[in-house]
Amino acid sequence: MLIIDCPFCGRRDEREFSHGGPDFGPRPQDAGALGDREWVRQLTVPVNPLGKVREWWWHERGCGGWVLIVRDTETHEILAVEDFRR
Amino acid sequence: MRCGSPGTGRGIEAVQGYSLAALVRRSFTGHSGWKPLWRSHPLSEKYDVLIVGAGGHGLATAYYLARNHGRRNIAVLERGWLGGGNVGRNTVTVRSNYLRDESIPFYVKSVKLYEGLSKELNFNLMHSKRGMIDIVQTWPKLRELRRKQLAMDLHGSTYRQIGVDEIRRRIPVLTGGGPDSRLPILAGMVHTDAAVNRHDAVAWGYARAADAMGVQIHQHTAVRRLLRNESGSVCGVETNRGTIGADAVCLAVSGHTTTLTDTIGLDLPLRTFNLSAFVSEPVKPVIDVVVNCPDLGVYLSQTDKGELVIGGGTDPGQSFRRGIKQSVFEDTVGAMLELFPAFSRLKLLRQWGGHLDIAHDASPIISSAGISGLFISAGWWGGYKAIPAGGMTFAHLIATGTPHPLAESLVLDRFDRLEFILEAGTTVSV
Repeated sequence: MLIIDCPFCGRRDEREFSHGGPDFGPRPQDAGALGDREWVRQLTVPVNPLGKVREWWWHERGCGGWVLIVRDTETHEILAVEDFRR
Repeated sequence: MRCGSPGTGRGIEAVQGYSLAALVRRSFTGHSGWKPLWRSHPLSEKYDVLIVGAGGHGLATAYYLARNHGRRNIAVLERGWLGGGNVGRNTVTVRSNYLRDESIPFYVKSVKLYEGLSKELNFNLMHSKRGMIDIVQTWPKLRELRRKQLAMDLHGSTYRQIGVDEIRRRIPVLTGGGPDSRLPILAGMVHTDAAVNRHDAVAWGYARAADAMGVQIHQHTAVRRLLRNESGSVCGVETNRGTIGADAVCLAVSGHTTTLTDTIGLDLPLRTFNLSAFVSEPVKPVIDVVVNCPDLGVYLSQTDKGELVIGGGTDPGQSFRRGIKQSVFEDTVGAMLELFPAFSRLKLLRQWGGHLDIAHDASPIISSAGISGLFISAGWWGGYKAIPAGGMTFAHLIATGTPHPLAESLVLDRFDRLEFILEAGTTVSV
């Protein structure tokens, strides 16, 4: 079970959060510059690493903020809290 | 780089048949004369077809390649031991209650193949066609399943609505979900085609039959990297036992598909999750169907030994662990106790997790990888039921180069065309 360090609420049980999926990176600024294939890739191909993944968790049963953490997919260790939006 | 020289295919060796007469004959010699189910061969430098992963799908693919397409020079590589991956880490539920026109015929075929498989493989799979009952506790779920019923009617699968009284009659131990409960039971859906069987027998049966036709099975042979030649084609793999060349490399490795395709820079729309299950201590027969509770996110069946096998949803977040998560365990078992309060005093004996990859649309991928020499069978979320049809259609693709009619929608470039086949698992909605 994960203990996620929410920047607003502090260390909280994973069950207060809903998983928001891996970070797909910044949305391309110039939408027209991307072809169909690149757009499909941008929308459907996540990173699936054996190791560090950057992923969003929604503190749904807490402050309602979104936390971006770096987690190891093999050990489940949380290595960093990188971003927070509320 | 070097991808090896051509090896030689092996001849067919008669398999020892299993029968009552054979059992009686061997009893006179203290059952000492039984041969191993499959042989261990020296590793060749090159094969026509390399299948990575000796799980259900890998072994079934090797079997159908040999049986349906006459291919013999095949090796199946397995990192661990045969049948120790997800084919041994599931809840053995075989069913065909899916929603999409692309899915239902595929799973109907798989269920049919399973029903004849004990005889075909001459190996007792202990196949028990006991049916599944979905316990419906919300109106949206009932609408969704009735829609599913109409789709299934078109494709020869079976789904029929029953009332609460009949649920109580058929599953007497289901005492929760009354009118005063949090989620009262509204109706049930019966899927009479559903079955359970013995997972080890499926792996061993396919391995034995494939071995008899000359397929080589190499355990403890971990593939580290895919190899490409000058023209960019995949021409072999690098393993802990050296480099092996092949005309076709076929991945059937469940959660580690992207781990291998990452080695040649191929991105796939797959995410790897851990799915866990739990087994109780054995009790006398109390449930003779598979009970699925989609609104609560739990399903269970009882084994021949009397244990309850309980499954739930995936862990949140990508995971390459094969453990269980305390929160998932508590949610799953707590949900089950809402409907089966009598089970609160059962002790749990075992639990396991297996990592599987789920595609963007939650449907499987049986496809050429878009790179010459590389084929992929992945995205098996609930892949146990699909082993026979998955193996048969993957073998067809590898042997002929064109998708099998039952799986022609399951190709990788469907994502480029945005032709998603949105499906869901037993307990989770997408």
